[in-house]
Amino acid sequence: MYVAVKGGERAIDNAHAWLAEERRGDLNVAELSVAQILEQLSLAVNRVMAEGSLYDPDLAALAIKQARGDMIEAIFLIRAYRTTLPRFGSSKPVETADMACDRRISATFKDAPGGQVLGPTFDYTHRLLDFALAADGEVPEVNRGEARKEPTPHITEFLNQEGLIQREVTSEETPGDLTREPLELPANRPLRLQALTRGDEGFVLSMAYSTQRGYARNHAFVGELRIGKVAVEMDIPELGFAIEIGEIELTECETVNQFQGSKTEPPQFTRGYGLVFGQSERKAISMALVDRALRWEELGEDNLGAPAQDEEFVLYHSDNIQATGFLEHIKLPHYVDFQSELELIRKLRREAMENTTPVQEAAE
Amino acid sequence: MSDYNFAYLDEQTKRMIRRAILKGLAIPGYQVPFASREMPMPYGWGTGGVQVSAATLTPEDTLKVIDQGADDTTNAVSIRKFFEKTAGVATTEETAQASVIQTRHRIPEEDLREDQILVYQVPIPEPLRFLEPSEIETRKMHSLEEYGLMHVKLYEDIAKHGAIATSYAYPVKIEGRYVMDPSPIPKFDNPKMEMAAIQLFGAGREQRIYALPPYCQVVSLDFEDYPFEASKADHACDMCGATNSYLDEVIMDDAGNRMFVCSDTDYCASRRKAGHLGAQAAAASAALKETAA
Amino acid sequence: MTADILKGGFANAPVDAAHAFRAAMNVMARPGTIEVLNGAEPPAPVSVAAGTLLLTLCDPDTPLHLAGDYDCEAVRSWISFHIGAPIVAAERAMFALGKWEALAPVTRFAIGTPEYPDRSATLIVEQAELDQDGMSLRGPGIKDCASMSLPEAETFQMNATLFPLGLDFFFTSGEQVSALPRTTKVEVA
Repeated sequence: MYVAVKGGERAIDNAHAWLAEERRGDLNVAELSVAQILEQLSLAVNRVMAEGSLYDPDLAALAIKQARGDMIEAIFLIRAYRTTLPRFGSSKPVETADMACDRRISATFKDAPGGQVLGPTFDYTHRLLDFALAADGEVPEVNRGEARKEPTPHITEFLNQEGLIQREVTSEETPGDLTREPLELPANRPLRLQALTRGDEGFVLSMAYSTQRGYARNHAFVGELRIGKVAVEMDIPELGFAIEIGEIELTECETVNQFQGSKTEPPQFTRGYGLVFGQSERKAISMALVDRALRWEELGEDNLGAPAQDEEFVLYHSDNIQATGFLEHIKLPHYVDFQSELELIRKLRREAMENTTPVQEAAE
Repeated sequence: MSDYNFAYLDEQTKRMIRRAILKGLAIPGYQVPFASREMPMPYGWGTGGVQVSAATLTPEDTLKVIDQGADDTTNAVSIRKFFEKTAGVATTEETAQASVIQTRHRIPEEDLREDQILVYQVPIPEPLRFLEPSEIETRKMHSLEEYGLMHVKLYEDIAKHGAIATSYAYPVKIEGRYVMDPSPIPKFDNPKMEMAAIQLFGAGREQRIYALPPYCQVVSLDFEDYPFEASKADHACDMCGATNSYLDEVIMDDAGNRMFVCSDTDYCASRRKAGHLGAQAAAASAALKETAA
Repeated sequence: MTADILKGGFANAPVDAAHAFRAAMNVMARPGTIEVLNGAEPPAPVSVAAGTLLLTLCDPDTPLHLAGDYDCEAVRSWISFHIGAPIVAAERAMFALGKWEALAPVTRFAIGTPEYPDRSATLIVEQAELDQDGMSLRGPGIKDCASMSLPEAETFQMNATLFPLGLDFFFTSGEQVSALPRTTKVEVA
């Protein structure tokens, strides 16, 4: 006789125990420490911080360990933790012109004040598996140059001085907060940039790539890409002035895009902007290209119907935590809805058969 | 979990959700935008319902959680555990004992009372979404009460299939104004929505809350010559013999033999406890008696 | 800041607010019902019920209008300390508190927009007493017909014609609360 399936609770507990065992893997292999992840998988840590919208390398490393290296799962852990944190206030806008740059390149000028600094990049590594790394990851000590003391000016500022690039409108208004208010469309640029900086790297990359291949092409030059640390300052009302509460590593990308002119304004270059936690340059460049594509309306361009121009499409589908949750929810039981479909399809088939039978009889 | 606030959410978030619930009750069927929070369970797995329940629960409540009508499906178990830990509320599987019921895809068979609250988990709150993917457009359509597209869809069904080919998440019109998605409940459940209890709907990923006050007018969309029909499998429950409950179909053996059982597990169990037996249960009990004799 | 200002908040905010919200939700969902609402000890002239509603629903995100003699130093300070809601003119308010005469004309308050009818004000009307006797009410949340004492009929009748736009009302007196959403049809019995 039929006995209804019971024991959901025990099944869940067992699944969790098994999961924990799988995470640990072979006990004869030393356990991975959070410090090792932090130090040796730092680009993974950076991605988790960027898409988790929380700058905390230790927690990001812990999340990666707990998630067994599943990046979206790790980002989810950080997001869920982040929402429980109280808010003490907002920082002042960070000043990226004052960044202590580890890497700073421009594709538009051969040289500029501050110079081209290659920094720790994969760019010119030959992608050959380094079998020596399998045995021993020790590296020889490297020579360090003197760090630049004075601030490194933004390349686009030089274009700005000549009026060659579109001037950004500054505003003292406090931007909205995507995580505190429901998204309302059309969204303004601050909200779009928030969505992009925490958006899925793969999604933003593909959207950016599509613009390069002609879906709302906006011909971007990397005016500047810089990676380094900036100070975070906060106004303390009790003190009456701002104090530095810490520093964060950021990647900033400014693109110089196809020029624009109208009857009233002479031709000018336009801009796209990307700013991401940590060393995340693929993401920052992608963000700048998608930002630029989404600006079609304010820059008086045509809507070409390209996916990257469609604000609603981009903003509603860039978040991998929303996407993965909804995608994976179809694993949950749907017996009830499926049953209603079963009945309907049986009924429709029955009716269709009944309707066709008399015709056959008449033919006989 | 004492590190977290009562019912997990912080007070400011609860206030924001509570304000949305009140506006939802004041404008029945209208989807109120709310700043849904990331919950410690995935979007699409009941985060909207969980946030609404968290903003609604008091420590004295008794909570029941069902998924597909059943208390013991894994996600129902998981959500129930979450509230046991974070709110310390009592839980129950008995519909009549519950003061707050969180549900996915079903309305309990037993009539709900005035002192009960039904919280629905909603995946896609916008009834027009599959006809018009753009939120900007659907919002405009609701504001203008422009529901022609929905009627065209239902009419096309009839032209193609001879019947309205929507069997769950069947759209309803509330108090003659807003067309609303009742969440993916089977259309069998639609008539129950005119009930004594307060009904709250939470869609976390889509950031919408909507509500129905008690005794609110809920009309399933149809046509005069193709009236709405609350259908179910044409069987009685093989366990409890009920002929008026929504049934799950279960495949019994390799030959593909089927049996039908109530999807509402509490309803089925309480009927059996009261001595009602369906075909399978009766046969089994007869066999048992024979063995004993 | 006097010591009195610091007093009168919820003793146990998560639990007190949960109880208060259930009462508020129940009356909004069932026009004509009266519930007990307490937990706050606001300064005069604010009633316990109205103070409890403010603590439960308002915060720095909800601009609040204080009407008539409710706009006084004691009330402002108490709200500033316990709630943090910005005190604003009627036109910008999400919530408003005062006696019926002082809240008039209610046409000053936001009734929402066709696309966002929820962006409308909720008025907390302080009454001398609440009574299930008076005007007759019909609409969502009411099985057949309910009745409730209201300051007048006309304004609520006009408000209902705006649906889905319109204002929503709480009525408070001492430790009691009742409500009238925009959907309720009011008739003089």
